[in-house]
Amino acid sequence: MSEKLVIIGNGMAPGRMLEHLLEAAPDRYAVTIFNAEPRVNYDRIMLSPVLSGEKAFEEIVIHGDGWYIKHGITLYKGHRIVAIDREAKTVTSDHGVTESYDRLVIATGSVPFIIPVPGKDLPGVLTYRDLDDVNAMLLAAQSRAKAVVIGGGLLGLEAAAGLKEQGMDVTVLHVMPTLMERQLDPAAGYLLQKAVEARGIKVMTKANTKVIVGNGKVEGVELMDGTVIPATLVVMAVGIRPSTTLAKEAGLEVNRGIVVDDRMRTSDPAIMALGECAEVGGHVYGLVAPLYEMARVAAAGLADSEDKRFVHSDTPTKLKVTGIDLYSLGDFADGEDREEIILRDASAGIYKRVVLQDNRIIGTVLFGETADGAWFNDLKKKATDISEMRDTLIFGQAFQGGVSSDPLAAVAALADDAEICGCNGVCKGKITGAISAKGLTGLDDVRAHTKASASCGSCTGLVEQLLKLTLGEAYNPAAVQPMCGCTSLGHDDVRRLIKAKGLKTIPAVMQELEWKTSCGCAKCRPALNYYLVCDWPDQYADDYQSRFINERVHANIQKDGTYSVVPRMWGGVTSAGELRAIADVVDKFKIPMVKVTGGQRIDMLGIRKEDLPAVWADLGKAGFVSGHAYAKGLRTVKTCVGSDWCRFGTQDSTGLGIRIEKFMWGSWTPAKVKMAVSGCPRNCAEATCKDVGVVCVDSGYEIHFAGAAGLDIKGTEVLGLVKTEDEALEVIVALVQMYREQARYLERIYKWAKRIGTAEIKRQILDDAERRRDLFDRFVFSQKFAQVDPWSERVSGKDKHEFRPMASVGYAEAAE
Amino acid sequence: MNWIAIGAIADIPPRGARCVVTPQGKIAVFRTADDQVYAIEDHCPHKGGPLSQGIVHGAAVTCPLHNWVISLETGKALGADEGAVRTIPVKVEGERLFIALEALASKAA
Ligand code: SRM
Ligand SMILES: Cc1cc2nc3c(=O)[nH]c(=O)nc-3n(C[C@H](O)[C@H](O)[C@H](O)COP(=O)(O)OP(=O)(O)OC[C@H]3O[C@@H](n4cnc5c(N)ncnc54)[C@H](O)[C@@H]3O)c2cc1C
Ligand code: SF4
Ligand code: FES
Repeated sequence: MSEKLVIIGNGMAPGRMLEHLLEAAPDRYAVTIFNAEPRVNYDRIMLSPVLSGEKAFEEIVIHGDGWYIKHGITLYKGHRIVAIDREAKTVTSDHGVTESYDRLVIATGSVPFIIPVPGKDLPGVLTYRDLDDVNAMLLAAQSRAKAVVIGGGLLGLEAAAGLKEQGMDVTVLHVMPTLMERQLDPAAGYLLQKAVEARGIKVMTKANTKVIVGNGKVEGVELMDGTVIPATLVVMAVGIRPSTTLAKEAGLEVNRGIVVDDRMRTSDPAIMALGECAEVGGHVYGLVAPLYEMARVAAAGLADSEDKRFVHSDTPTKLKVTGIDLYSLGDFADGEDREEIILRDASAGIYKRVVLQDNRIIGTVLFGETADGAWFNDLKKKATDISEMRDTLIFGQAFQGGVSSDPLAAVAALADDAEICGCNGVCKGKITGAISAKGLTGLDDVRAHTKASASCGSCTGLVEQLLKLTLGEAYNPAAVQPMCGCTSLGHDDVRRLIKAKGLKTIPAVMQELEWKTSCGCAKCRPALNYYLVCDWPDQYADDYQSRFINERVHANIQKDGTYSVVPRMWGGVTSAGELRAIADVVDKFKIPMVKVTGGQRIDMLGIRKEDLPAVWADLGKAGFVSGHAYAKGLRTVKTCVGSDWCRFGTQDSTGLGIRIEKFMWGSWTPAKVKMAVSGCPRNCAEATCKDVGVVCVDSGYEIHFAGAAGLDIKGTEVLGLVKTEDEALEVIVALVQMYREQARYLERIYKWAKRIGTAEIKRQILDDAERRRDLFDRFVFSQKFAQVDPWSERVSGKDKHEFRPMASVGYAEAAE
Repeated sequence: MNWIAIGAIADIPPRGARCVVTPQGKIAVFRTADDQVYAIEDHCPHKGGPLSQGIVHGAAVTCPLHNWVISLETGKALGADEGAVRTIPVKVEGERLFIALEALASKAA
């Protein structure tokens, strides 16, 4: 029997510990994790890019559900441990689950500090710690109203930048005279304030909060001096406190954090602690680099593999706000025995300061240009005597020893044990070694194999330079993925050139864009055909031979070469007449399988190709048209029963769904498009996992998009709220047209949206009425040519060769 | 050789295929962009997909079921996949197309 390891908390520290442990002793423990947050382990550092819209939550997950399954780890999501019984060696969760342990690891992280002012509990006052906080901020940001962030430290500024990015009017209140005073000296703090203000964020320093005012919800913040700043959202980011209550109640030794020795052992030999909740050598930590070091030590202890001990080191601070470069390290307070070297370039907004003691670097502040951070850090760590290069030290590594000012040369000159990735403690030698030994060719490879640049990402530039250095010419990060082997151009270039050069046939595209094959392949031809259909709806003649068989014969090919037929049932609504017609067709053609699909309609499977036109003729008589269940085009619009029937319905969701489907059917799109309309937020039509969805509410129609529920699962993003059905239709149509014009072939809406950014889509569709109207009009124009029922076309003889063999031969001979 | 008439080249769309039904199963007859005509068994070496329904490019066809690419000249799978289908001799006389049924007969025998 393996020993039982129980972990409380599923943050970044224990996640990393498990990775090391699984490597060192994969079968030693049966692992159970309890996590108060109802989710898997994710990269908390990257919440700021999620808030600003640069990343989706899925992209910052460290261990997906599959990882826990693969390693046989039991994860209780949403279970907070409320008691540790050290006698019985058990823990108990707030949902009443009790689990026994042989070894216990406490990794409860920190809790945000809330300033104890009146009004702190009003709805609309948030902290910034986990995904729920980010989601709450994103929701509040939809109002585009005013926000106040209390706290001008790292978290506060990242929150402010994100909220600004989401369209809010943001004010930062900071109690000290300069921003980030714990990491920056006043000069850098001043430059930072200027840079923050240049982004349109207001900054008030020496601002001491007295009360948060509001009646039932937040209305503003009142300062000690009486000033009132109106706000509908207040984010408190004033610091964190190690989360130690549980350990204290269990009788463990607790100081500021849970006290552990340099092997992460608490005062109880069966219990370890690590992460932000732990205090080691009198220090508690709030950045991941030391926590990852703790993870290494703890894993070694659990595996009994080697005797690792935790050693304190300073971690550099960087701000993750795009466009603001800031680096701070170590101790930079003035002092008798200290000297400093300063470089200022006012016009370029650059400030650099190195603090020395006995000719050795003890602290560094860089603003505006931070490339030399790693080098200064290295000199500091190694306590290098810098007297030799004193005169040029501040200009950075490139100016030392006659090395040219080429950034590559600077990286080349770094020692193999120079640290590149602070978060993960990865040195240069490890990265270059992995690139050579494992044949890595790109950033993602390096991230996967070494973890360098995989956390906060601020060392990405350095890692890229190492790739360049190691691979030479072979490294080409800008290289676009070509469409296929027939061309070196990527999808985006081809789309652009089709427009720019007015190319209107596949041969014209292949000629002008210098295709390497005579007539393309099964990858590029369908893509080109789509781009041309989309760009020249009235002039381009669809090339059937460039369509996948399903789109050529308007049915879905099955594994045995037969086909399935799915007629439209507008909005999922049918009638006795329709059902009777389907029943008759099934009998007449002996169709072996009839199935209700996941798209609220009926599928007839196993039809012989030769029978398709006759099947369609009969269905056509009953009023059916093709459901395009085979198309890179509009598939279904699922609906719920809505206000016509449902006691909760707020709008006519069925009617709107049918209206959308009737308006948009027949259009070709880069990949399939599925929609749904729900009559209220109970969302019975599952609108929040569709390419486009509508959730009806009392005040109108909430338009959603970029959901997925197939290969990937992803909830939708909210595009916005509109008041009338007409507006809803206009917004949806414009959105789909924008997608039609911009996306790469086979790219679903959620992937396209991720690539170009939700904010940009909102800007073009919601904020720019003229652009929206143009897109709408272009869609309507193209529908003139697209809304032709392909089944009735075939019934009346089009492409009849498709459905008949050319000849039957050999039978007579065989009989002879 | 025993040449059997199967129709005219115009019956097949360029970069397309038609089927010929025979006692031993279907034969797919292809016409390329430059009017070359090829015939192969309509049965993908992978899992029997109907090759006649695939997209034709150069002198090759991509199977509609799982995208194997089959050479029309040799019947062999191209790229990393391994397998082959039988090719059937074709003759073009003016507009008219013939296939050699002996190949079939000999297999049947
Ligand atoms: C018939 C149906 C299953 C059923 O019996 O319910 C079905 C059947 C097929 N699905 Fe589906 N999907 C069906 C609903 C769905 C749904 C649910 C929905 O639409 O609400 C999903 C998840 C939602 C989504 O798309 O995000 C779904 C996600 C997929 C995917 C994954 C797409 C993705 O980008 O993640 C594929 C593969 C693909 O398209 O490349 C796929 C592909 C297919 C294909 C076309 C496979 C193929 O290429 O031959 C199947 C065709 C069978 C046929 O001949 O009819 N089907 N498929 C459903 C038809 C709905 C309809 O009325 O049109
Ligand atoms: C917005 C933001 C930006 C940041 N940026 C950076 C950065 O740029 N660089 C950097 O180095 N660091 C950054 N940090 C800090 C970094 O994220 C943390 O140091 C790190 O995540 C802490 O890891 P942890 O495992 O100790 O705790 P956490 O990640 O906080 O995990 C603790 C988990 O334990 C759970 N838990 C608590 N109590 C219980 C209980 N009783 N039972 C069960 N579960 C419980 C909590 O729900 C939580 O999920 C940032 C933090 C935030 C919030
Ligand atoms: S979504 Fe709302 S209105 Fe529609 S059926 Fe469900 S509960 Fe009723
Ligand atoms: S059957 Fe042809 S590729 Fe699978």
